[in-house]
Amino acid sequence: MKSLIPALFFFVISGFLFVGLYKDPSLVSSPLVGKSIPSFNASTLFYPDKTVTQADLIGEIALVNVWATWCPACKHEHPDLVALAAKTDIPIYGLNYKETDKAEARAWLRDEGNPYAFSIADDDGRIGIDFGVYGAPETFLIDAQGVIQHKRVGVMNDKIWQRDFLPIIQRLRREAL
Amino acid sequence: MIRTLILLLSLWIGVAQAQIISVEPEYQGRYNNLLHELRCLVCQNQTLADSGSGLADDLRLEVKRMLEEGLSDQQIFTFMSDRYGDFVLYNPPVKPRTWLLWFGPFVLLIGGLIGIRQVVRANNKTAKSNMLTEAEKKHVNAVIQDRDD
Repeated sequence: MKSLIPALFFFVISGFLFVGLYKDPSLVSSPLVGKSIPSFNASTLFYPDKTVTQADLIGEIALVNVWATWCPACKHEHPDLVALAAKTDIPIYGLNYKETDKAEARAWLRDEGNPYAFSIADDDGRIGIDFGVYGAPETFLIDAQGVIQHKRVGVMNDKIWQRDFLPIIQRLRREAL
Repeated sequence: MIRTLILLLSLWIGVAQAQIISVEPEYQGRYNNLLHELRCLVCQNQTLADSGSGLADDLRLEVKRMLEEGLSDQQIFTFMSDRYGDFVLYNPPVKPRTWLLWFGPFVLLIGGLIGIRQVVRANNKTAKSNMLTEAEKKHVNAVIQDRDD
């Protein structure tokens, strides 16, 4: 019995380390899931004179995607977002986070396709802070009441859409019936 | 020449360091303490005080703004953990999710102490059983005496 104690100790420690091996330390679960989207007041990328607020995102299930031209992974995910916007009726709103070159951002969307209903211009990153953004690209799933239901840190693609987003969307739609 | 090189080198090192934000002297102490208690999420093993990332710059400005608005340290920590989770706090709150983190080391310490006690006891027992009996002692003494003679 006594000789089992070190073995037990070994297996408990190994268990912790084994689980830790497959965890990504850069993924931090967001405390914002289950809370309403933060309030904001900003212009949009294409219409600097227009004002949008959080109310413009609320009303139906929607995605909020954090992007900028300085973010290489955002460029990488862009074709997947364009494809997603084409196949789903769920609106995608952009959060153009700390954009360094607005002209380039506009040109990019014109040339490569614009998956966004509009892109919020978060020039100083204040809105990003309220959304708890720490690694663009990030994608939020919000319900019709504006409550954040899921947050994805990292690129979005069809596999992740099917695996992480669709089940939540289907559940929300069932609950809304 | 060398002097210029050293100067250039020190400039280059400065690039990766945190951008310095000047704070009113009355807030300086609290400001420094807060930054050392908050984690930068972009470079996870650095505090906000050390990190040179863009987000860390923004968050330092936020801390400064909140200090100037008269928020308490606790309110500032809440602001951060509401957005980024308890992970940003280098001094995480005690709650069921963090019990293992807080009490695990003490459990290990107590386990270790119990282990040491067991080992010492077992050693004492074998040490006692290895001692000579009275008869054996007499015999040994006799043998030694014989040899000395």
